[in-house]
Amino acid sequence: MNAGRPSVVIVDDHELFRAGVRAELEDLVDVRSAAGTVEEAVTAIIEEKPDVVLLDVHMPGGGGVEVIRRAAERRPAQRFLALSVSDAAEDVIAIIRAGARGYVTKSISGPELAEAIQRVRDGDAVFSPRLAGFVLDAFHGELTEGEVDPELDQLTPREREVLRLIARGYLYKEIAARLSISPKTVEAHVGAVLRKLQLSSRHELSRWAVERRLVD
Amino acid sequence: MSAASQPLRRDPAHGWVAGVFAGLGDRLGVDPLILRVGFVVVAVATGGLALLGYVVAWAALPATEGRPAPLARFAWVPRLRGDWRVALGVGLLTLSCLLAFRQLGIWWSDAVVWPLVAAAFGVALLWGRSRSEDEELDAAPLRSPAAPVEPGSASPEKSSAPSSPVGDLYRGVFGILLVVGAGLLFLTSNDVFGGVRDAALTTVVVVVALALILAPFLWRLGRKLASERAERIRSQERAELAAHLHDSVLQTLALMQKRADDPREVAALARRQERELRDWLAGDGRGSDADRFAAALRREAEEVEDVHRTAIDVVVVGDRELDERSRAVLGAAREALVNAAKHAGEAGPIRVYAEADDEGVEVFVRDRGAGFDPATVATDRQGVRESIIGRMERVGGSAEIRSGPDGGTEVALAVRRPVAEREGGGA
Repeated sequence: MNAGRPSVVIVDDHELFRAGVRAELEDLVDVRSAAGTVEEAVTAIIEEKPDVVLLDVHMPGGGGVEVIRRAAERRPAQRFLALSVSDAAEDVIAIIRAGARGYVTKSISGPELAEAIQRVRDGDAVFSPRLAGFVLDAFHGELTEGEVDPELDQLTPREREVLRLIARGYLYKEIAARLSISPKTVEAHVGAVLRKLQLSSRHELSRWAVERRLVD
Repeated sequence: MSAASQPLRRDPAHGWVAGVFAGLGDRLGVDPLILRVGFVVVAVATGGLALLGYVVAWAALPATEGRPAPLARFAWVPRLRGDWRVALGVGLLTLSCLLAFRQLGIWWSDAVVWPLVAAAFGVALLWGRSRSEDEELDAAPLRSPAAPVEPGSASPEKSSAPSSPVGDLYRGVFGILLVVGAGLLFLTSNDVFGGVRDAALTTVVVVVALALILAPFLWRLGRKLASERAERIRSQERAELAAHLHDSVLQTLALMQKRADDPREVAALARRQERELRDWLAGDGRGSDADRFAAALRREAEEVEDVHRTAIDVVVVGDRELDERSRAVLGAAREALVNAAKHAGEAGPIRVYAEADDEGVEVFVRDRGAGFDPATVATDRQGVRESIIGRMERVGGSAEIRSGPDGGTEVALAVRRPVAEREGGGA
């Protein structure tokens, strides 16, 4: 666990929203700068070297995915937390697969967001209940024989259990208490799911995300 | 076409004489020096005739600083419309080129020169017209000015933009006559009317002339139709969007301003509007699944949200048809939601998580309120027992209410397809 407040760069094309997030986070994390375009964001990330980049999914010029792609050329270990008004599955899946370590919606409260940032800074994954729901849905159902990579294309029963509890609104420490495991183990499970989400070749994943036009 | 956005101008600041080649080089992206050397060669070769071309260019081109071309100071020029001027220019340029070639002793004879000049003039007139209307269609921000604007004088741009039908007709007819005349002139001067063997040549010339005349009209017609169709679709979409925003978003914003002193009401209004807008943006996908479990559960949550002014987040994995059992789950879930909204609505959003497939349905309703011990359910909570637990038991399902000491209550509802039915198949 790193001590101290994590340094953050906020990337969002809505100025009002940038200012709002900044004000909310000012006392909780070290907000280095805020960027409104893909260009500005890449420059700010390279200059400020923040612990965490708070990244809007939808921006002109390629959006958050493009920011991750270009920043990663210079800072491959940069950690991103996606933040969006959109709950469309294709957006969520796309940004996670691009490399973001978590996804939260913009209605999240300031302290919750600060906690999520800290968790991403510490190398953990942040799953909102909705993201957990998406993952369960995407990994739901049987795969036909021959296209299964059990390492990446399936969730273990334990991972499934953890995800279900996240989807039901449980915090990590509550999940740990319920399953009689340590919070670190919960984090390890979520991290494993994130890795599967990013690396899985599960053929349905992208198609599923596009087909699922769920926007609520 | 992109280069046309920047009209050709003289650049006296960087030029040697009047900046014609500096401007031309800038426009073409070529070093002016190359143009100048080339020009000197041509000028020498034509015995100085090309120098006349330079003078014409100086007179006709506006300078970069926006000063009008020297020629434009003559009173009659601004009154000529842009495309007339361009056409005239094209004709003159053709003439000067041909004359220059003839001077050099290349085979051009008068029989070719004059028809070609006339044809060039006419074609430029016809095409220039179609081009200027294209630009209107494109609504290009930079309407490339064929001539400079002279402040104070009758602006040529203004007069050329909304071209009058009579002027168009006049110009069109004139252009056609020029091209036809050029064809006839060519034929007579080659003395082919007498010879039957040249009937083929006559036909070719006529066809070429017709093609030259008709092509711009057809081209313009096609573009006009396409752009009109696109515009109609766009304006329909705009109208629909405007109507929707007016009916919903603006009304809600007005309402929120009136209720600004009641934060809970404002939050509820904002949430409801957000939901409606998202539904609308998502299209009509929802309308068709009225008998699906996931959509029905969301509707229940939305209704409770509206009535009790509280936030409810719904996550559903999977889906299924609504049947008697899943309807019972819906009813029980609604009760659980109402209960949570009443007793824990202030303590953050209520979370609903549901899993549905052909085998069964599970729903979890979780709040972050103070919690209670289900064993010591107060009498006023008997409704909970009946409408949640009783309802689930009647369809062979289960309901479990957990309340932790650290706060929060979770109602877990589950119903599965009975084994007998599962073996028989069918839902």
